[in-house]
Amino acid sequence: MADKARVRIEAARFLQFFEDRGASVVEADILQPAETLLDLYGEDIRARAFVTHDPDFGEAMLRPDFTVPVVQMHMAQGAEPARYAYMGEVFRAQDETKHRASEYFQVGYEVFDRAAPIEADAEVFALLKEVLEPLNLRAATGDMGLLLAAVRGLGTTERRKAALLRHIWRPRRFRALLDRFAGRAPLPEGREALLAKEEPMGRKIPQIGLRSRAEIAERIDALREDAAAAPISAQEVELLDDLLGLRETTANVLEHLRDIAVDMPAIAGAVDRLEMRAEALARRGVDIATLDFEGSYGRTSMEYYDGFVFGFYAEARSDLPPVATGGRYDALTRVLGNQNGARREIPAVGGVIRPELTLELTGEAGQ
Amino acid sequence: MTLKLGVPSKGRLMEKTFDWFGASGIELSRTGSDREYAAAVNGIDNVELVLLSAGEIPRELAAGRIHMGVTGSDLVREKLGAWDEKVIELAPMGFGHADLIIAVPKCWVDVNTLDDLDAVAAAFRAKHGFRLRIATKYHRLIRDHLRDHGVADYQLVDSQGATEGTVKNETAEAVADITSTGETLRANHLKILAGGPVHKSQATLFKSRKVDWTVEDRAILDELCRKLHIDR
Repeated sequence: MADKARVRIEAARFLQFFEDRGASVVEADILQPAETLLDLYGEDIRARAFVTHDPDFGEAMLRPDFTVPVVQMHMAQGAEPARYAYMGEVFRAQDETKHRASEYFQVGYEVFDRAAPIEADAEVFALLKEVLEPLNLRAATGDMGLLLAAVRGLGTTERRKAALLRHIWRPRRFRALLDRFAGRAPLPEGREALLAKEEPMGRKIPQIGLRSRAEIAERIDALREDAAAAPISAQEVELLDDLLGLRETTANVLEHLRDIAVDMPAIAGAVDRLEMRAEALARRGVDIATLDFEGSYGRTSMEYYDGFVFGFYAEARSDLPPVATGGRYDALTRVLGNQNGARREIPAVGGVIRPELTLELTGEAGQ
Repeated sequence: MTLKLGVPSKGRLMEKTFDWFGASGIELSRTGSDREYAAAVNGIDNVELVLLSAGEIPRELAAGRIHMGVTGSDLVREKLGAWDEKVIELAPMGFGHADLIIAVPKCWVDVNTLDDLDAVAAAFRAKHGFRLRIATKYHRLIRDHLRDHGVADYQLVDSQGATEGTVKNETAEAVADITSTGETLRANHLKILAGGPVHKSQATLFKSRKVDWTVEDRAILDELCRKLHIDR
């Protein structure tokens, strides 16, 4: 690994590039309130972030990324459209079996522009591609918007759709739910027995805890509704699988998606957006005839990314994490906006580069 | 050269450990006054007894300060990240059995599995404005288990004792704790989720992977394992 002083110089070079292209340079605190991150990412973030504590400040985390503080700063004071760039260390407690760095630099570029989201997607990707051009990286792209549209368009109950959407970034759980809703997996243990009871609430059980009798009764009603609902059709499940299994170039995938959209009209709008984005990318000099598209890209590692997603990879170095990643994260700004009581949505897209990886790759190239 | 063997310093766990070694002709004993933490080993040479709290034995093994140690398999998994890179299980010892379980109020008739818990957590958060609280002192084990099963919208609140009382006191909605008979859970109107325990724990003899094992050390270990009838 390159030493820190060199990494900082490399990071500054990228930052200067973004600033030259019109970004305002911003800073973020290293200590972030833990509560915000926990509410966003759930308890899992504790395993991935460094948690610390101060008697006054309360529980804090060493920033695991810049996205949250930059969004908060923008929501507090930013005017749109806005373009921000930043650099600094992020801290990730690594699963100890993976032996990766727990502290490293990121340089990022974020665009907040609700008027022209597709152009903004293309702009961020093309800028990263341009600055990383000398490294000859492979780019992979995806679009979570397709899967989200497909799930919203399923011919099933709103509750089932909400359950699937909630687990869209947890593929295993999503699959288990889908199998159950499609009638391909058994009901959870005890469900049938519960619904067969005339008085499922029971009479003699003491009511303890904050969850009220009414909440329990409400869920039993929901379970009854679910038991009565028709299974999601095999054809719809197959179409979802087709979507998730796509691996083609961007130029070819559009044709394939048009085919799927004939049977699944709910994704037609998302396919239109994908096509417009491909055109916007082409106008910025990206060769969409060779640009990889993967239907499942971003599902496991990019929670809250709900539209265009991408990463840049050093193909000869499969041991390295992606050199740069990014995408659209409107879902995150929606949740953060609601947390602050503002109930606003701020469309946002951005990407980050890891300068210690670009250094490592150029070092090799020079040998 | 001596091998350091870490053993719980008091209570039933210590007595049972002494009995277990004694059955193979290795006599462990405390020496000096009742309050002095000194100990002796008879029946094998070059093994030194180190009396420690069971909760500290995982840390000492991972630091390589003791060669072997007796502690609960739950404590090793809870206290050490990537535990199997740091210690090896030499032998389960057949006592100190306890299950780490997740329990919810008995009145939650609609909740039987982790799947139900996940659905309820989502509804609870929407209704109450905060993530469903699970009281526990087994943070790592429970977090890993819930992640593996895709449970979201919960939070772990630390509880170092009287965990079963937290639901009634409304400081948690569910609990995750060690139980052997389930008696305390029932008395507090809680029920265990179906689908098996998070971990079935028992007292276990561990070997450290973080000690530089010399040829002499290995010879002593071989001798010890032979006497204890442990196949490695």
